[in-house]
Amino acid sequence: MNLKKYIKVYKKFLHTSLASELEYKTNILIDLITAILSLIGSIFLLSIFFQNNGYIGGWKFEQALIIQGIYTILNGITNTWFNPNLTEIVKHIREGTLDFVLLKPIDSQFFISLKKITPSGFLEIMLGFCLLMYCIKINQINLTLTFLTLCLVTIICSICILYSLWFFISTTTIWFVKTWNATEVLRSFLYIGRFPLNSFSFSLRIFFSVFIPIAFITTIPSEVFLGISQLWKILLEVIVALIFLLTSRKFWLYALKFYSSASS
Amino acid sequence: MISNLINRKIFTLLKVQYSNMLEYRVEIALWAISGIIPFFMLNIWTNNNLNESINISNVLLSRYFLCAFFVRQFSVVWVVFSFEEDSLMGKISPYLIQPLNPFFRYFAQHLAEQITRFPFALIIAFFFFIFNPESIWIPNLGILFLSIISTFLSFLIQFLMQSIIACLCFWTEKASSIERLLFIPTLFLSGLLAPVVSFPEYVKSWIYLTPFPYLIDFPANLLSGNETNISGGLSMQVLWILILFPLFKKIWSEGTKKYTAMGS
Repeated sequence: MNLKKYIKVYKKFLHTSLASELEYKTNILIDLITAILSLIGSIFLLSIFFQNNGYIGGWKFEQALIIQGIYTILNGITNTWFNPNLTEIVKHIREGTLDFVLLKPIDSQFFISLKKITPSGFLEIMLGFCLLMYCIKINQINLTLTFLTLCLVTIICSICILYSLWFFISTTTIWFVKTWNATEVLRSFLYIGRFPLNSFSFSLRIFFSVFIPIAFITTIPSEVFLGISQLWKILLEVIVALIFLLTSRKFWLYALKFYSSASS
Repeated sequence: MISNLINRKIFTLLKVQYSNMLEYRVEIALWAISGIIPFFMLNIWTNNNLNESINISNVLLSRYFLCAFFVRQFSVVWVVFSFEEDSLMGKISPYLIQPLNPFFRYFAQHLAEQITRFPFALIIAFFFFIFNPESIWIPNLGILFLSIISTFLSFLIQFLMQSIIACLCFWTEKASSIERLLFIPTLFLSGLLAPVVSFPEYVKSWIYLTPFPYLIDFPANLLSGNETNISGGLSMQVLWILILFPLFKKIWSEGTKKYTAMGS
């Protein structure tokens, strides 16, 4: 595994995809407005929930905003990396161009997951960070080094889980050819991540922490932000993230055995 | 004679598209599943007793969200994405030569998809009733008829709006980002995530002048038996169609003049 080569290749990826995306400059502007409106919309929805209630699932409005901030960052990451790349897998398999990827002297998962980049997602990530900064201010959170490392660790774990979920679903394309809609199902489930897990009924809470660990993705990092998370939850998230990463990797290698390129 | 011809054309288009859609049953089932967000929202509403503050009983609220799900299922429009792909690939050129506006083709596609989707939506509703047996109700025939009409009108409004955006492809190539922008107000203001009655006063004062509450909130209220102004809602829907249709015709004729086929 020569890391240098991969970094060099990734630089090339960045260069080419940025160059092609910047062709559509007005698009980036429209995407920025979309991201801002979408954030305003979800805060509006949250404010409706809190209109006559002080607490939702034990969370105050100011605290629930943290979840929105983290969701926005993760959504930005999804839009920047996961969405453009992993929906491409479907295309690769349908048109048989996966052959070209597999023939390259480079890891196929690396190539498929990082080839493209949509720069407009950066704006969403920045928006999320601004919201988080604001939340840190209104919730009077003290910034210490351990706090920051814990936040970073949980958010990185969330990103890993999110990536694995996307990659998992996209990999199933090898059998079903058109799973473009399955990612849409995942998207609609991920929508739940905008709200604290405790605001759902018990059965849904179980569903969203065991089958699709959306709970881990936003709620645990937010709890860490508020300093109310227990250590076992953080450890659990790290373990879940590792399991997801490893299984998605294994699943990809397994699925490739079933890939019978186009016209065969 | 002429009407006979039109009838035959429409009938053939529908038949072709329906058999085409039946090919993609799994996809459409997944589409149907991805629309279950209203149920998650319902869970938040009832689990936190948020409905008490807006004076809607649990049962009526669960019917509302079920109806919102149904209305959404039968008013999903994606014409801009099909049109964008066709126009980027140059498939529009042969369609333009035919003595039939290409949008009829997309229209038939949508209708056929709705027919295919119907059984899946029923299955989801069936599961919903298993979990919420108290919310079972049978709307009377008149109301059912009116709400089918208003759902269809809502579909027409959205189809026209998206077709107008799709025509922008003649100028910008990537019109789908504009559609994503328009989707944000549709998502938050149409009543899919929260009934419009629960909105704060400063939004309610102007929202009924926009087309958004007539897309989901009005038909869903009508079908679920919640309080709503039937004649006012229907006439607003017709009014918006009367506004949007000439606009679409205008932008279509401008756009086709502007269109240059691939390679010219």
